[in-house]
Amino acid sequence: MQTIVSISNLSKTYATGFRALNDVSLDIARGEILALLGPNGAGKTTLISIICGIVNASSGTVIVDGHNNVSDYRAARALIGLVPQELTLGAFDTVWNTLSFSRGLFGKKPNPAYLEQLLKDLSLWDKKDNLLMTLSGGMKRRVLIGKALSHQPSILFLDEPTAGVDVELRKDMWALVRRLRESGVTIILTTHYIEEAEEIADRVGVIHKGELLVVDDKLALMHKLGKRQLVIELEQAVDSIPATLSAWSLELSTDHMHLTYTYDPRNPEKGVANLLSAISDAGLLLKDVETSQSSLEDIFIDLVHAKS
Amino acid sequence: MNIYAIRVIYKYEMLRAWKTILQSFASPVISTVLYFVVFGAAIGSRIEQVEGVSYGAFIVPGLIMLALLTHSIANASFGIFFPKFTGTIYELLSAPISFFEIMVGYVGAAATKSFIIGLIILGTAGFFVPLEIAHPVWMFVFLILTCISFSLFGFIIGLWAIDFEKLQLIPLLVITPLVFLGGSFYTIDMLPPAWQTVTLFNPVVYLISGFRWSFFEVSDVSVWISLGMVLTFLLVCLVTVWWMFKSGYRLKQ
Repeated sequence: MQTIVSISNLSKTYATGFRALNDVSLDIARGEILALLGPNGAGKTTLISIICGIVNASSGTVIVDGHNNVSDYRAARALIGLVPQELTLGAFDTVWNTLSFSRGLFGKKPNPAYLEQLLKDLSLWDKKDNLLMTLSGGMKRRVLIGKALSHQPSILFLDEPTAGVDVELRKDMWALVRRLRESGVTIILTTHYIEEAEEIADRVGVIHKGELLVVDDKLALMHKLGKRQLVIELEQAVDSIPATLSAWSLELSTDHMHLTYTYDPRNPEKGVANLLSAISDAGLLLKDVETSQSSLEDIFIDLVHAKS
Repeated sequence: MNIYAIRVIYKYEMLRAWKTILQSFASPVISTVLYFVVFGAAIGSRIEQVEGVSYGAFIVPGLIMLALLTHSIANASFGIFFPKFTGTIYELLSAPISFFEIMVGYVGAAATKSFIIGLIILGTAGFFVPLEIAHPVWMFVFLILTCISFSLFGFIIGLWAIDFEKLQLIPLLVITPLVFLGGSFYTIDMLPPAWQTVTLFNPVVYLISGFRWSFFEVSDVSVWISLGMVLTFLLVCLVTVWWMFKSGYRLKQ
């Protein structure tokens, strides 16, 4: 993994005494999509704000593509684009002017052709002369993305990018994120929506109460921490689980018609095939079987509750 | 140096003034005309010459300073406060731009607007009283230094303020009294001796005195002291802005 952002022992305590981040360390790979999950107040926005230079860290360091984000802030920040959580836009500017302003702030000379293409990609070209206050919430969200991309960053932070947007726009955003990743942009997004992380992220990190509980490949995380369950429907009700099946930790439903088996697919001795064979040996007749796998949402809830 | 950033901030702020041209430029001219009508014509005609200068002409430097100070502070403080208020300041803080470049953009635009207002008022005064400027270079030096230093002061107020009330607090409760009591409409000699001493603690006295000297060679204190005071104030403001960005005071905490 080639690291593009390296965060070491980052902590932040606000003047009020609230500790928003507690010794967070994290490496972000070049070209990946990393989703940071966490409930409200978990520290996601504080983490992003420190990396981008909006908030001072209490301790710790952030290195962006080899540049310290404090001592070498110009080089570090030039690589980063940020889409904030709130719809923070001036009311009286036009779409075109606000994108031109953002590009200039990042020290890039005017490039009308690039901005035109960007606005077309965001379906905003026909709104380029409109005042920002006349745009809908979804359009404002796209303008914010346009501003963040106006200086062609290598790393894009999206803080709750689809909060409060409709399903269609959410899918458009996911498509945009995938296109950006294909063009080589590293994307870090925070979200409340587990399905968002499940849909587009390569890796997932879970933050809770200022601590990074886990960061891993999305599929590996689901594999490692996720549970698989087999629900077996019996032809006839049984009074109790036969003693020969006691080693399998089965659960009997209240109607005495279903057996539930929670298992680890990496353990072949306790695999489904062996269980089905043991059930047959015990003389039970099967009517139906159904398997299920816990979602990222289940994993997230388990992690957060375990920490609480 | 991030020249493009300075340029877009400066352009953005100047465009804001252009969009509100009546409020930005016509309003100070109307106010000044009213001062001339009241103090210059109605009251001034009953006042003898001050230090050999007609009262109408005598108040011109003070009136220009009054407008420069209030508009420099208002322009610069609002310019940086508004992004804080709307939340768009995140862009400035996350951009590869130094505090100095941000300051040059905002303060430069505010000072430019004040400078234009100063020239407009000077031109307007010419319609009411005969004006001669004894030291035009000094006049421009004081004009420019005042625009920059009080725009810087306004920038500090904008960074410090957390709501609209605080934004107005210092200009209304501190600056306006200091300007009115700083010799805009009189010389210090006209005050009782005790108040003359008190007045010397008012920094605006030095500004008006130096500026008036450039017009009529009449001053309350030495022009060099006036220049020194303006430069000192400028330096204090610069250091304060540097500290606010360095520490993140009310910006990054």
